[in-house]
Order: sequence, then structure tokens, then C-alpha cells
Amino acid sequence: MFDLILLVVLIGVGYFAGTQVEKKHYESIKEREAKLLYLPTVSSKNLLEEKPVDSALLVYGNAVISTDYFKVILAGLRNFLGGEVSAYETLLDRARREAILRLKEKAQGADIVLNLRVETCQVGKAGSTEVLAYGTAVYYKK
Amino acid sequence: MILTNIESIPGKKVVEHFGLVCGSTVRAKNALKDIGAGFKNIVGGELKSYTALMDESRREAIERMEQQAQQLKANAIINVRFSTSNIAPGAAELYVYGTAVRVE
Repeated sequence: MFDLILLVVLIGVGYFAGTQVEKKHYESIKEREAKLLYLPTVSSKNLLEEKPVDSALLVYGNAVISTDYFKVILAGLRNFLGGEVSAYETLLDRARREAILRLKEKAQGADIVLNLRVETCQVGKAGSTEVLAYGTAVYYKK
Repeated sequence: MILTNIESIPGKKVVEHFGLVCGSTVRAKNALKDIGAGFKNIVGGELKSYTALMDESRREAIERMEQQAQQLKANAIINVRFSTSNIAPGAAELYVYGTAVRVE
């Protein structure tokens, strides 16, 4: 009986706190994305314009994001039934956008980021994921 | 040491290749912080201690790779790639590799 109550409480806390955390995170992501829009990040390896280059360096950003308990249960159910696991889609979306934002923050002042690569790996328990974004920041001669 | 993850260094010319260099490190989080992460798993959100751990370990791996390149008298590493594997619960291996070159 106690276990059942604990489970319900955990799911409840997970649902309310998780929704809040996600909402806040998305707001912050959108705000910062708008601010850093001036810096193009491309997956191409070549410069799009022929300009004299001053320097180039490797930049990377990472983020470990965890989902809430409610969504873990939801995903578990979905695993049983099969189909699209939308509970984890937002988790990965948030982690990727956050990692790319951190990369951009590190590359401030650069003119373009070439060969952006995004890599995902699982750390710790199920429901938490690490995303690493890396690329080459290029500074043109001013 | 200049690092890039493309085949060249924009604005510079590769004059000599030295072959593959790599660096790796295996790290685990301490149990106390694992408990903290366990709580975060309930409410969701960023696991800051894990983010810092991965960042720090990746720096270490890059440093090891750079040391190897320095021994070869290279001054740049091109085509750098990262790779991460989960070898045990709570421990991760971070591996970084690239081609050591000399540029002018």
C-alpha cells in the first residue's frame, strides 16, 4: 500500500514539477536562440563565401538533461504498446538545442561555425541523456 | 595548438601529416552526486553535475591528445572527432581523436 502511495506521489510530483521545468527551459532556449541568430552554424565543411580567414578553432557545448518521473512511466507504457514515444522527443529536442546554444555562446565573435556535429549518449539512469555539439568556429579578417 | 573538425584549417596550409593522435579518459561520478542526480530524475531538468563532469573529462581527453601531437612536433590537429561510450553504470569513457599536422 505504501509503495503504491509513493508511486502516485512520485508521478504527481514528476508531472507538475516536470511540466514547469520544461516550460521554463523552452522559454529560455527560445530567448537565447533569438539572441544568437546572427551566428550561422552549418553542417557544410566549406566556407560559403570567399573571404580571408583570420583564425579557426574547435568549439563544443554539452548538456545533460533528465526527464521527469511521469514521463518515464509514460514512456514505459508506450514501450509496452509500441509506437511513437513523444515523452522522450521533447527531452532530446531540449538537450540538442541547449548543447548547440552553449556551443554558440562559446563561439561568440565568430563569423560562422562549420561542420556542426551533434552526438548523443546515455549517461546515468534511463531518462537522462547527454548531447554534445561540436564544430569549427571561423573568424574572418576584419 | 589549433584544432578543427574539418579536413583543413581555413587560411592556413597543411605542410606535413603525422597520422592519428588520440586521447581518452574514463570517469565516474561520486555516489553523493549520483543521489542528487537521482532526485533530479524525478522532477526533470538539467543534471548540472553530470554536465560539468563530461565537460571536464572531455577537456582532459583533448589535453592528452594535444600532448601526443606535441611529441610529434605537430602544431595543429585536424578532423577532430568525439566519441562517448557508457562502459558501466555511472562511468563513461570519453574518446577524442584526430590527425596531427604541421601548418604554415
